[in-house]
Amino acid sequence: MSKPEPADPGPVEVFAALGDPTRLSLLTKLSDGQTRSIATLSADTKLTRQAVTKHLHVLERAGLVKSIRVGRESQFGYRPEPITAARSYLDRVSAQWDDALARLKALVER
Amino acid sequence: MTDRIKKSIELNAPIEKVWHALTNHTAFGEWFRVRLDGPFVVGEKTTGEMTYPGHEGTKWTSMTERMEAPTLFSFRWPHGEDTDLSTSPSTLVEFRLEPTANGTRLTIIESGFETLPEDRRMEALRGNEGGWEIQAGNIKAYVEA
Repeated sequence: MSKPEPADPGPVEVFAALGDPTRLSLLTKLSDGQTRSIATLSADTKLTRQAVTKHLHVLERAGLVKSIRVGRESQFGYRPEPITAARSYLDRVSAQWDDALARLKALVER
Repeated sequence: MTDRIKKSIELNAPIEKVWHALTNHTAFGEWFRVRLDGPFVVGEKTTGEMTYPGHEGTKWTSMTERMEAPTLFSFRWPHGEDTDLSTSPSTLVEFRLEPTANGTRLTIIESGFETLPEDRRMEALRGNEGGWEIQAGNIKAYVEA
């Protein structure tokens, strides 16, 4: 049985959650779409289970992973939606700069 | 995936000319499409109003951080209702200039998006979603003409 999907927290919490090397590497592992247990995720790292659990909960609050109860243990899986939203946010800011730069180029090169 | 925007462009113009276009508030307003009330001064606030078609009247506030002619110009953009930089979340905009064989390489880095509260993020974009789609179309038409 899976928990209800968390509400979309928006890009701010997503950026904050991504701003940590351990969480990025956990997310990279999960981004292949396979779900994994805390034991699996902490097996090939120097981190304790408690540390991995703590980081997974930050990712879960940002909507980046979901936990699924399988029997007696929790499995964690990647949710791509918040990354898509954060990317489109940066794309819009980026488009603003592309547009402004094109005008700057026209101004200084004329 | 990071929280920053980085843009780099080659400009076929001498570095002093690019520096002027960035730091002279009138020239800046011409390409950025904003009418600024006064010059950029380190440690001081600059106010104004956007002149971008469809977004006229949107307020501009920036706080100049560094002006190291002709290589580094930076300012903070507060994104709260309260434009006091000590209390408002903000992004940092940095313009870095390097001379090249044919002119100048300009790199713009905007960072700090993770500090913006969610209800302010559209204001951070200084426009609505539809407006940005139009603007994306404008640049496409411009660069592909």
